[in-house]
Amino acid sequence: MSTLLSIREVSKTFRLGDHEIKAVQDVSFDVAEGECLAIVGESGSGKSTIANMILGIYPPTEGTITYREAPLPARRELIHRRAIQLVQQNPLSSLNPKRSVGASLRLALDVHGIGDRHGRAARIGKLLEEVGLPAEFAKRSPAALSGGQRQRVAIARALACESDLVVLDEPTSALDVLVQARVLKLLQELRTNRGLTYIFITHDLAVVRNIADRVAVFEKGRLVELNDTAKLFAKPAEPYTRNLISAVPVVGDDEVKLRKKLSRKANA
Amino acid sequence: MSMRTLDICDLYLSFKGYTGTVEVLHGISLHIDRGERVALVGESGSGKSVTARIVLGLLQELRSARISGRLEFEGNDLSRLSAGARHDLRGTKMSMIFQDPTSSLNPVYTISTQFHEVLKRALPSISADEARAVAAKALLDVSITEPDRVLDSYAFQLSGGMNQRVMIAMALANEPSLLIADEPGTALDVTVQAQTLALMHDLVAEHGTSVLFISHNLGVVREFADRVYVIYKGRIVEKGSTGALFADPRHPYTRALMAAVPKITGGGVADVEEASEAFSEPMVDHDAEAAA
Repeated sequence: MSTLLSIREVSKTFRLGDHEIKAVQDVSFDVAEGECLAIVGESGSGKSTIANMILGIYPPTEGTITYREAPLPARRELIHRRAIQLVQQNPLSSLNPKRSVGASLRLALDVHGIGDRHGRAARIGKLLEEVGLPAEFAKRSPAALSGGQRQRVAIARALACESDLVVLDEPTSALDVLVQARVLKLLQELRTNRGLTYIFITHDLAVVRNIADRVAVFEKGRLVELNDTAKLFAKPAEPYTRNLISAVPVVGDDEVKLRKKLSRKANA
Repeated sequence: MSMRTLDICDLYLSFKGYTGTVEVLHGISLHIDRGERVALVGESGSGKSVTARIVLGLLQELRSARISGRLEFEGNDLSRLSAGARHDLRGTKMSMIFQDPTSSLNPVYTISTQFHEVLKRALPSISADEARAVAAKALLDVSITEPDRVLDSYAFQLSGGMNQRVMIAMALANEPSLLIADEPGTALDVTVQAQTLALMHDLVAEHGTSVLFISHNLGVVREFADRVYVIYKGRIVEKGSTGALFADPRHPYTRALMAAVPKITGGGVADVEEASEAFSEPMVDHDAEAAA
């Protein structure tokens, strides 16, 4: 697989008066085309800062981010904004409440000049069907949808302009488990069908275990461990990772066993 | 005096609005024995938080709420109590911990001032100095090693985990017989959540406090509760001891919930339905079967 995104020696320092916060410190990793890379860590570990730099919301203080072998400029071109898209945690605040679902999707098409005027309505209907919603939902306002349906709309919007890298920032954390399972299934299907690449940011290691190909573990702004998902869960190298995994509340007996094994190692 | 701290029988709740009546609870029954930790688990909108608010007597203040059913707290019929008598129970015999500790503490008062307020509920004459001494001891109990620094802080100066400990200390300060915990720690990091839950578990066991534990997270429930009620759309669909229920979940809804929880041992994303006819099947009662 070829490298889609390359992060090299990236740091981000925020200044508050004479106080400095090193949110991300000297982080390097690659994202391969078509993979799902999870970024995990506790709050304040720098996972959202990394996402914001990838999206171009602010530039890194040091280091470079390369996309398809070209460095990404601090001010992004339209094609970069089109290729790299975001799905946020709370769809209620990420969808404009005054726009209908269709208008939100149409905006993405308008900005990037995709399709002609008549083609766009059909495209919106198709997008909604692709995320498992009826095409008539285009007329509804976000307030008339359930949490899971809204998140589906947010996903449709991220896909509207044929992006290839989607940054998913806690996409299912606000959803009930049954709804979460359906949305995760949808994300997996879309990834296969469209050949998408995901950067999946979450604090939920159980979700990561079941959806990611590789996992990057962040602690206090540093990348402490990066490995294939199955290997990381079977043999976490860092005590921090072991603690994260063994703190996950679990329902099955075999999970309890795995947790016990890891917490014994963490305390040893 | 009955052994039961809380006994709810056939509780119905509906809200009357402009567009008609919305039925929220369809006759739920549950009880909590003295010193028992009981979980009410369900998804958003299932009716778990309104149940807690009825027990506290908060929904009764709402004019649009229609409530019927028997509610007994330590043998006293709550529905016969006046609003004033119910008010006296809150913060003394019953207390509550909410989901987000930082937003449930008042940002403009220090922790010590708020602790004083809490202690005044049970002992109106307590002085600020006396309250501070009691508070410091309560904070030590929740493993806060420098209580003086915390007491002089505002909630926003403390971490989420620290605030949660403060909330637990406050909730237990007046030795309540019932603690209602509504999604405690859901807003915290998993490691912090695990620590504070373990702490709360030990403390309530030590004090003999009964707990109504409200959560959507089956894993957390498994760790914390002695007995579990699963609620779906205002109906209890399955109940039993934590061991029995997790070993052998039998209601289609409980099974779907358990299957939907992602496992740290892998196995992929479960293929479950968001809603199904089968979720409305009659209740499965593990206790009755164990007794029979």
